[in-house]
Amino acid sequence: MTLRPLFQRSLLAIALGAGLAGPVQAAERELLNSSYDIARELFSAINPEFIAHWQESQGEEVAVSQSHGGSSAQARAIMQGLRADVVTYNQVTDVQVLADEGLVAEEWQQAFDNNASPYYSTTAFLVRKDNPKGIESWDDLAREDVRLVFPNPKTSGNGRYTYLAAWGFADQHFDGDEEQIRDFMRTFLRNVTVFDTGGRGATTSFIERGLGDVLISFESEVNNIRGEYGSDDYEVIVPPISILAEFPVAVVEPNAERNGTLDLAQAYVEYLYSEEAQRTLAGFNYRVHHEAVVEEFADLFPETELLRVEDIFGGWDEAMETHFGSGGLLDQLQRR
Amino acid sequence: MSTRALPFAIGSAPKRVLPGFGLSLGVSLLFISLVLLLPMTGLFGQLAGLSLAEYWAIISDGRVVASYTVTIGAAAVAALVNGAFGLLLAWVLVRYEFPGKRLLDALMDLPFALPTAVAGITLATLYSSNGWMGRLLEPLGLQVAYTWVGIALAMAFTSIPFVVRTVQPVLEDLPVEVDEAALTLGANDGTAFRRVILPHLWPALVTGTGLAFVRSLGEFGAIIFIAGNMPYETEITALMIFVRLQEYDYAGASAIASVVLFVSLALLLAINIWQGRFIKRLHGGGG
Repeated sequence: MTLRPLFQRSLLAIALGAGLAGPVQAAERELLNSSYDIARELFSAINPEFIAHWQESQGEEVAVSQSHGGSSAQARAIMQGLRADVVTYNQVTDVQVLADEGLVAEEWQQAFDNNASPYYSTTAFLVRKDNPKGIESWDDLAREDVRLVFPNPKTSGNGRYTYLAAWGFADQHFDGDEEQIRDFMRTFLRNVTVFDTGGRGATTSFIERGLGDVLISFESEVNNIRGEYGSDDYEVIVPPISILAEFPVAVVEPNAERNGTLDLAQAYVEYLYSEEAQRTLAGFNYRVHHEAVVEEFADLFPETELLRVEDIFGGWDEAMETHFGSGGLLDQLQRR
Repeated sequence: MSTRALPFAIGSAPKRVLPGFGLSLGVSLLFISLVLLLPMTGLFGQLAGLSLAEYWAIISDGRVVASYTVTIGAAAVAALVNGAFGLLLAWVLVRYEFPGKRLLDALMDLPFALPTAVAGITLATLYSSNGWMGRLLEPLGLQVAYTWVGIALAMAFTSIPFVVRTVQPVLEDLPVEVDEAALTLGANDGTAFRRVILPHLWPALVTGTGLAFVRSLGEFGAIIFIAGNMPYETEITALMIFVRLQEYDYAGASAIASVVLFVSLALLLAINIWQGRFIKRLHGGGG
């Protein structure tokens, strides 16, 4: 007597549950994009466009989810089993680590155009209103009266680019004289007021806490910050020489195969090279390759000599070892 | 099910609420193995790849040693400050009735409930030179954010509940009559506190302060935003570990972590031994 209604109710519940869950489950394949910390807004703009594009061309409804974090931590998560199908990082080394583990094809940089980097940026400066300290290039940053904010090269890819850009400048400026380069770098590093662990932390220190005269970060990021916090209060300075910062992408093949999303993952990465996506990327202040889009946004990106890590430092592996590893040049320059 | 099924429940052993000794000990050991021992084994497994010379080179590096000084120094200050104020807070919460007491009591757990990174960002905002507190303190020559004072402050914030929550129950068990007896026997307030109340609280106070200290050694999230992270000056040991992890240098990270672990374990062990002796002395002598 008391059992039967309960039994009937559970049957009903099961039927209802199946009815609700059924269509949702059947329809969607899902792609997981593991990305770097500050790309949240970027991919929340690109993903809906890709979903619409896929729906239009393939007639399939798919979902794209995102995972963001410091890109080394993100790569570590994948090594430890996070089933991301695609990676979109801001450091070549973090994709390389995955390649070394066999999670990404060995020749991943050849798998897509431009070293598998659909967009790029460089390192630029954000200064306070009217540029009171008259900052134009890297040598101004080693002056007595200038205080800098950029993230710790030990913990942040962004910070590593800043360090390498300054080194590349000094290398050219002092004609490769190692002693003078080191002196310059020592002063440059001593001028830092706060070493935050990541780019967003450095931004907070510069903007909210009012620390330092110059914030050094990706050109895309300083432009975004200026846009967000008031173009009247800050100015963006792109130095005449800086470094090429590539944003590498790759398909995590073993994961995509297991998830049954290999074609989708491949198409997603290719889509980042399309005119539509490149326009969105340029809108987020990234430099892109698509010619029509480059022309359209020419005013936004001043011409500057972009040094390649491969040319000056013999590639990322070597730069990591000689400059950033334990006891490396960075440690030596900061030693007391 | 009835308790008759358990043979020793009827025997000499006193009746207990939880099921038999064998089962509860077994489950406890399993839990400890999974939650404590397994990760610890993993930690030492990472160390196995290092030779003794390599291990020593990592943990005795100048910058890492500077970070021990900063971390231990700030944690000691934070723990002592917490010891004093935690005792006072527990005293107020137990011995007085006042409006908002329940609220204050609940607030004590806030540092546990709040994500530490949020606490760190909030503290940095308050104490930086353009923040509410920073603006008041800076003219007095006291810079908190981006100095070791800020580090100690963040540590004190995240670890205050340890002191309050260990002292509070002991104080609750100590009836007011004890103070009154001391006073009627001619002790003044100071003597009554020092000679009668404090000895009862010592073990709990020292444990709480020790836990606060150990907790502070490992704190990362709250400190990192207020520390400034300048090499040799305001870098904490947890950051040194984090840096090694960023470099995929798991062995190096584990080596430094093992130093923190040994310091913590040694301190907790010392407190335990001292506490055992202290309690024996307190209750044992009279017979």
